Amino acid sequence: MTTRRDFLKRALTGTAIVGAGGTAPLLTQARETHKVPDGALGLLYDATLCVGCKACVAACKEANDNPPEFNTVDHLWDTPLDTSGYTFNIIKMYRNGTMETKDAETNGYAFMKVSCLHCADPSCVSACPVSAMTKDPDTGIVAYDPGKCIGCRYCVAACPFGIPKYQFDDPFGRIAKCELCRHRHADGHYSACAEVCPTGATLFGHTSDLLAEAKRRLELKPGSITTYPRGRLRHAQEKRLAGAPEGKGRMERKGWREEPDQSYEGVVGNYQQRVYGEKEYGGTQVLKLSGVPFEKVGMPALPPYSSAATSETIQHTLYGGLLMPIAVLGALSWVAKRNIANVGPDDDEGGDES
Amino acid sequence: MSGASSVHAHVKPAPVGGSLFNGVTFVAGVLVLVMAAILLVRFVFGLGSVTAMNDGYPWGIWIVVDVMIGSAFACGGFSVALLVYIFNKGEYHPLVRPALLASLFGYTLAGAGVIFDLGRWWNVWNMYWPWSVNPNSVMFEVAICITLYIVVMWIEFSPVVMEKFGLREIKKKLGRFMFFFIALGVLLPMMHQSSLGTLMVVVGSQVHPLWQTPIVPLLFLLTAIIMGYAVVLFESCVASSAYRRSIEMHLLTPMAKVMLGVVAAYLLVRIGDLLVRGVLGGALQMSLEALMFWLEMSCFVAPFFLIGTEVQRRTPARLFVGGILLMLGGALLRLNGFLIGYATGGGYQYFPSIGEIMVTVGMFATEVLGYIVITRRFPVLPREA
Repeated sequence: MTTRRDFLKRALTGTAIVGAGGTAPLLTQARETHKVPDGALGLLYDATLCVGCKACVAACKEANDNPPEFNTVDHLWDTPLDTSGYTFNIIKMYRNGTMETKDAETNGYAFMKVSCLHCADPSCVSACPVSAMTKDPDTGIVAYDPGKCIGCRYCVAACPFGIPKYQFDDPFGRIAKCELCRHRHADGHYSACAEVCPTGATLFGHTSDLLAEAKRRLELKPGSITTYPRGRLRHAQEKRLAGAPEGKGRMERKGWREEPDQSYEGVVGNYQQRVYGEKEYGGTQVLKLSGVPFEKVGMPALPPYSSAATSETIQHTLYGGLLMPIAVLGALSWVAKRNIANVGPDDDEGGDES
Repeated sequence: MSGASSVHAHVKPAPVGGSLFNGVTFVAGVLVLVMAAILLVRFVFGLGSVTAMNDGYPWGIWIVVDVMIGSAFACGGFSVALLVYIFNKGEYHPLVRPALLASLFGYTLAGAGVIFDLGRWWNVWNMYWPWSVNPNSVMFEVAICITLYIVVMWIEFSPVVMEKFGLREIKKKLGRFMFFFIALGVLLPMMHQSSLGTLMVVVGSQVHPLWQTPIVPLLFLLTAIIMGYAVVLFESCVASSAYRRSIEMHLLTPMAKVMLGVVAAYLLVRIGDLLVRGVLGGALQMSLEALMFWLEMSCFVAPFFLIGTEVQRRTPARLFVGGILLMLGGALLRLNGFLIGYATGGGYQYFPSIGEIMVTVGMFATEVLGYIVITRRFPVLPREA
């Protein structure tokens, strides 16, 4: 007979099981937000140096074999309005009032580069169920493998910067995003956007060096004169090998292509005293400087910890080593086995007529 | 099993019988064909050709309604099994088969719905390929659990098919291990229904604070159980009215009480979380999100006034409406968390296209059609006295 007491007893057993499981989270370590790797490569974008020529947008298209996107009547020029399935990099413009002064918040205008920031702890990598989105342990480049991608677009949803995009118009559509031109690294080329930037507004290099350079600029007096490098910022120890071509086995690279020194003297801008990407989501490998507050130029305010860390802490607390699921399964099997004896399985022979 | 030990003597299930061709099956059949046509276009010309999805709203109703809400509606089998086999409430046993059938359909279709939505579906094997899988990904866990659960449910349902074809020996052998599949059939939905909520945690502040919470897995689990009972109420009422059968009020009335208990627990957790995180202010603004939040919450609160007393729970119409309200509440929690309360900025808009809506409608039509065919031909519903 199933009595109320019997029911309560079972219920309590169940509660005890859940209770025992409930204490497990306390024993599990929370997953910390990952840090930028030592050999991290990235970009420094200095909005005060950008003249909005969009040479980087064109070079990016060429380097990544992307078609032009038309948004004007004449269909003559590549005019993407945002990053998309066919545009990995774009320069956006901020305008206010009379637009008289560059890099002024009121009555001014400013530029902002939009492309993948190569997060220290990327949401897209954590989200991807099939490891199509991966972060290189050495260079930290967040790379995409269309051969694995199932097109679920979880990465598109997850990215706080709205970077991964999907080619919705193509039955074989891929995810599209900047990979820092890693396919060109083997030949000694670096990110095309930085290679062509005429003012050094986009600079390629090691994130640690780029951060030091950004901080150097923040300490300068606005209006004073300083030297700005162009293209690639030389690494403090110019010896690191970086980047590996797609596929297995890392191909050792001799180094970046030799270039003449392209640095020049320029006027120091009126910076916001903050390096965007130094702390956001645990840091990003692409860093930004701006004269206009970052929130105004479309860079979201983000906490210093990543949501990937929160998500993975929850997942691994519940499912780490499959301990909890197996324990719960064991308990459920035991209870179910006992109760089947009373109830009968889903079996019509267990009824009144047998 | 001997009569002495079968405490909960119940009525044998039997096919309902009758014609498979009628107005309902005809309309459902047409809707299924429309869906097939739209899906053909989708697979030939890409997702963009029939959907309104975009990079700001990369998931539309095919994911949120067909998979998230569809699979939660399919939790009847799980919720009833929890009651019958885990909490040993054997008197509910006649509800197991019909609930399991609906779950089987709901989940199999949700699985199919995922394939329709995958942009690169031919790579889907990577989800199960040890060198590709990413155990950090919430979606990986969801995918594995749902796949396994669909298999487990087919095993749980297989005795029905075996009965039909007289495979008594296999059925008997399987019966010895059924307790394990029943346990798995309770564990797996607990895992993936909660993880369906966790999916949005990695999205971070792009989800409105009313729905972005670290306890979202618990909210999704509790509402999945609630929706499971609500769907059983709904289906029992519809099946008894459509097949002109007597309604199992002696089971539905006490089950509704159990359901309300879970709703009460859910509301405590939900409101407690909002208070602890101090985000209830977001519900007091004039915004679509706030409006949808109150709508969602009302659906969970209203049943207490509708079927709060024992007398009220004896009225089939009240149970029916209460069930619908709770199904709607759970559906709104999912819709709000994944679409209404989700914003990437950048001026993206989303409203489902006709094509998307017709596929979602077609999915539900498939379910209705399948349910009718199977209950009329296979021993699922209790035999009428």
